[in-house]
Amino acid sequence: MVNRIVVGAHYGLRDWLAQRITGLLMALYSIIVAVVLLSGQPISYAVWSDLFAQGWMRVATLLFAASLAWHAWVGLRDILMDYVKPAGMRLSLQVLVLLVLAGYLGWAIQILWR
Amino acid sequence: MLRRDEEIRGATILRTMADATTHKQRPKYLSLQAILFEIRLPLAGWVSILHRVSGLLLFASGIWLLFLLDRSLSSEAGFASIQRYLGFALVKLSLLVLVWAYCHHLCAGIRFLLLDLDKGVDKAAARASSIAVLVVSLALTAFFAAKLW
Repeated sequence: MVNRIVVGAHYGLRDWLAQRITGLLMALYSIIVAVVLLSGQPISYAVWSDLFAQGWMRVATLLFAASLAWHAWVGLRDILMDYVKPAGMRLSLQVLVLLVLAGYLGWAIQILWR
Repeated sequence: MLRRDEEIRGATILRTMADATTHKQRPKYLSLQAILFEIRLPLAGWVSILHRVSGLLLFASGIWLLFLLDRSLSSEAGFASIQRYLGFALVKLSLLVLVWAYCHHLCAGIRFLLLDLDKGVDKAAARASSIAVLVVSLALTAFFAAKLW
C-alpha cells in the first residue's frame, strides 16, 4: 500500500488517536482520584458523597465516563474484528457493545446528577 | 575476483535459506494446544494479551462497578450495605481481580503510549519495560489489597 491517498479517508487514524487521548485522560483522572482518596480521611459515607457532590469531580467523572465509552468502543471493536469473522455476528456484537456502552454512560450520568 | 566470491557466497546463503523453508512443515495450523503449550510468548507478548484480556474484563464488569457506585452514593444505608457486601470474601476477591485488571491495563497502556512515541523500542528496553508493567501492576494490586482488607 505505497500509493494510497492519505487525505480524504481516515484509515483508522481517528480511532487510533482517540483511543490514545482518551486513555491518557483516564490515566490522569485515575491518578488524581487515587491521590485525593488516599491522602484524605478514611472513606466514610460523608467523605465519599462530599467528593461526588463537588462540581469539578462530577465534570471530571463525566469526562472519564465519556472517554471510557469511546476508548472501550475502539478496543472492543478491535477484539471483535480480530476474533469474530462472520459479518452478521460481528455486526450484531458491535451493536450490542455500543448499546451496553451507551447504557453505562447514561447510568453514570444519572448517578452523578441525582 | 572479490566480487565474484561475494556473489557465490550470496547464492549459497540464499540456497540454505530456501532449504530451511522447504524443510519446515507448512502450513502450520494454530490449535488450542499450540497456543497453550507450544508457542512461548515473549514477556512483551504477555503484557499485550493481558492488556486485551483486562480490557475485556473491565468492559464486562462495568455493570457491576456502576451498581457498586450507584448504591454507595445513594444514601448512608446504601453505603453501609455496600460495605457489608464487600465484606464477603468472594466479592472482595472479585473486586481485587478488577483492581489488578485496571492497574495492568493502565501500566501497559502507558508503556504502549511510550512505544508509540518511539521510547524504549529496542529489545532490551522493551523487555525491561514489560517486566516493569507486570511487577508494578501486581505491586499496586497488593497495595490496594492491603487497603481493602
